[in-house]
Amino acid sequence: MIRTPLRPLARVLSARERGENPDTIERENRRQRREAVSDAARGRAEIRLLLLGAAFVAGFATIGVRMAALAVSQPIEPQIASSGDAILASRADILDRNGRVLATNLLTHSLYAQPQEMIDPARVARELVVIFPDLDAARLTADFTGSRKFIWIRKKISPVQMQAVHDIGDPGLLFGPREMRLYPNGELAAHVLGGASFGREDVASAEVVGVAGVEKAFDGWLRDPANNGAPLRLTLDLTVQATLEEVLADGMKLMKAKAASAVLMHVGSGEIIAIASLPDFDPNARPVPPTTGEAGDSPLFNRAVQGVYELGSTFKVFAVAQALELGLVTPATMIDTRGPLVWGKYRINDFHDYGARLSVTDVIVQSSNIGAARIAMLIGAERQRAFMDALGFLSPTPVELAEAPGARPLLPPNWSELSTMTIAYGHGLSASPLHLATAYATLANGGHRVTPTLVLGAARPVGEAVISPANSEAMMSMLRQVVTRGTASFAEVPGYAVGGKTGTADKPKPGGGYYDEKVLATFAAVFPAHAPEYVLVLSLDEPVEDSGSVDRRTAGWTAVPVGAELIRRAAPLLGLRPTYAPVAGPGLSLARN
Amino acid sequence: MTEMVFGTAPVRAVEPVLPRWWRTLDKWTLGAVLGLFAVGILLGLAASVPLAEKNGLPPFYYVTRQLIFGGAAIVVMLAISMLSPPQVRRLGVLGFVAAFLALALLPVFGTDFGKGAVRWFSFGFASVQPAEFLKPGLVVLVAWFMAAAQDVGGPPGRRYSLFITLVVVGLLAAQPDFGQAALVLFIWCVIYFVSGAPVVLLVGLAGLTVLGGFGAYSGSEHFARRIDGYLASEIDPRTQIGYATNAIQEGGLFGVGVGEGTVKWQLPDAHTDFIIAVAAEEYGLVLVLAIVLLYAAIVAMSLYRLTGERDIFTRLAGTGLACAFGVQAFINMGVAVRLLPAKGMTLPFVSYGGSSVIASGIAMGMLLALTRRRPRGQFGEILARRGR
Repeated sequence: MIRTPLRPLARVLSARERGENPDTIERENRRQRREAVSDAARGRAEIRLLLLGAAFVAGFATIGVRMAALAVSQPIEPQIASSGDAILASRADILDRNGRVLATNLLTHSLYAQPQEMIDPARVARELVVIFPDLDAARLTADFTGSRKFIWIRKKISPVQMQAVHDIGDPGLLFGPREMRLYPNGELAAHVLGGASFGREDVASAEVVGVAGVEKAFDGWLRDPANNGAPLRLTLDLTVQATLEEVLADGMKLMKAKAASAVLMHVGSGEIIAIASLPDFDPNARPVPPTTGEAGDSPLFNRAVQGVYELGSTFKVFAVAQALELGLVTPATMIDTRGPLVWGKYRINDFHDYGARLSVTDVIVQSSNIGAARIAMLIGAERQRAFMDALGFLSPTPVELAEAPGARPLLPPNWSELSTMTIAYGHGLSASPLHLATAYATLANGGHRVTPTLVLGAARPVGEAVISPANSEAMMSMLRQVVTRGTASFAEVPGYAVGGKTGTADKPKPGGGYYDEKVLATFAAVFPAHAPEYVLVLSLDEPVEDSGSVDRRTAGWTAVPVGAELIRRAAPLLGLRPTYAPVAGPGLSLARN
Repeated sequence: MTEMVFGTAPVRAVEPVLPRWWRTLDKWTLGAVLGLFAVGILLGLAASVPLAEKNGLPPFYYVTRQLIFGGAAIVVMLAISMLSPPQVRRLGVLGFVAAFLALALLPVFGTDFGKGAVRWFSFGFASVQPAEFLKPGLVVLVAWFMAAAQDVGGPPGRRYSLFITLVVVGLLAAQPDFGQAALVLFIWCVIYFVSGAPVVLLVGLAGLTVLGGFGAYSGSEHFARRIDGYLASEIDPRTQIGYATNAIQEGGLFGVGVGEGTVKWQLPDAHTDFIIAVAAEEYGLVLVLAIVLLYAAIVAMSLYRLTGERDIFTRLAGTGLACAFGVQAFINMGVAVRLLPAKGMTLPFVSYGGSSVIASGIAMGMLLALTRRRPRGQFGEILARRGR
């Protein structure tokens, strides 16, 4: 770089010659140099300022172009991006065996609020409380004026309520469609159906999820879209179910029982025609499970399936049937029934003293504990256990209810000789009424094992043989005699040849031992006895028949009359013809020649 | 002859103040500023009604307030525009000191109004955001230092001004207010650029800014959320950007009509950060382009007038003020059209806000004062060259 000298010697010398101050030359040069620098800087700044200005103009132009592009584009309706799979609200109907509706869906609406859309939250809260009196106006106002953006007010509302909410006229109140599970028959078959509630839900729809009974057991099937809405058909007969519940409720009231249950089963197929447990509930408004008290006393408890009880003398037929099957006895074999039967420190007694000896048939007919115990001693623990297993008493019933797998029978911890004897007359083994009905159906249908079921149409193979048809017939004869001349004499229903066995079991105390005054009275019946079609097991919890001078609690006085009334009314509904013994007509006689 | 001299009225040696001010003033810029203020009032009539209603005030409460504050701002602007560059410098530096103290005291006395960042002093009747007042002061201070650095034997002003700027950036980032921090840093860069920064350094600084951005992204959740919202290709219609975009689309070319817009009811910041969306929805693209044009005119006009300026301080300070003003408007509108990530920044003179409009008035007053036409030393130069 060539630098101009600040004090060029030639100019300095000539200045000195002229008598001028040479410093002015230096000052002048310095000033010029500074100006040259600042001119260069100004030129550079000028370019850079122009660049800046161009950049800004370009930036603002970009914004203008973007704005124009946006302004001429079509606005898109804001779509809420849905997360996860769509909620399917469809749920199949449930029908009875004749196609009558047990459970279906009803389109209702849910009500929710978006407070930021609301015009007058205080008024909305006031008016909502008028429509839904259980809402709290102060709470609603606080919710509506707070920071919440979304509030459920009601999951299901009726059309009348919906119109009333419409009439409030506030844009912050919104409706979402809701499929609601409806049980049009109310409390009928409540325990079978169970009930449903909402699962995952959003404003557009909500999952209906079964919470108990077949609704829970078949939850996946009922919601499966692949079924194309095919209904679930149950084996229940709505008419018989209604009759059974009505008679059972009346009988329970009459006998002052605190609870009752009944199972009506077809002996051949194991199809349950009617099943009930009282007290019951309305599955449309399923009560919340109780937090205090005995779970078994709750209306939600299905006593026929979930409850396991010592079922008393109804078990005697199993000991006798097995003894017949093993060839140990015949119906006429005499059994020693002298009492008491002492085993170790235990004494087994009969209700009455039936004398020294009874035939095997009379052990059943008179219901002798000692006789049943002695027959069981002939059989032995091992074989009894195997036989009870074959009848299904050692495992939960396989019926298609959500509650069934939990109802495990209570077995003796070690199947001793004493257990063998007590089980023979129905103590020491607790099972559900459904277990009992299944076992009686097995004995009644010619001896092949029955699987209880609630679902119609499923093809089932005939079960393995448990006893022979001949022994089955012999057992039915014995049961018929119990009615004609034994403990269940009130069960005689003209034309239907009812056979059955009573069972009056003392209820166990929670701490051990048995109550004197509290019994579970059970009547297990088969009809008609000569060609068994149906088995009925009916239990009354703590019944008392107090019309006479002494209170009577035995099944023969309590459960049997109720069962008889039920058979009298239900048998025609089931399509059974009454059969009467042929009567000789006047002036006609059989001639033989 | 005697009476011709004696008793005559004394002739003023200089031109009267007001005519000279008017003659030398950048009337285009002044007109654009007044136009923006009028647009702001017009939009305030639409956009501030929901806020007033929410706070239980008369519907045009905020418009009235904005008129009062805006009137004060215009008076301040006109008064400051009459100052000479040295007076502007003094005012700016003093203003900077005061605003800096206020900014430093924010963590002690400030309030966040529940928005997650402590940026305001609340005085009951009004609230003040010191960062708004700090910007013009800082521009003047930085320009002063940079100009002094170019004097022979001057102080190392560039280093000093960078140090002060970084302290301010740190204070702003601590609030956190990354938008203002970035804006302040940008202004320093612009002044440095115009004062003659080496090109290599500029490239290096750009790289540092990118790095700093990444640091802030990974370090601050507040910052990262904003950036993520910007980078997401899908516009979530429930976000502020989603509503703003929808409003611009609804508005189309000529708008849905005065008072017919809905976005102002949906966006909490419709009267400040997203006022351009309200403008687009109710008055359409026409008004938006007019607003953009006004901002572009102010910036371009000021920068153009500064190209001929010979005084270094005046040039640098004017550049900083014009760029600060333009960038703030650019960021605000760029956010609404999704050119930039969401950043809370007001639209000068248009957005509602007392301290914002007065600070903008001060800045514009300084800019007008600095861009006034004045003798540019041509005569002096010609006379000085006589010796050659």
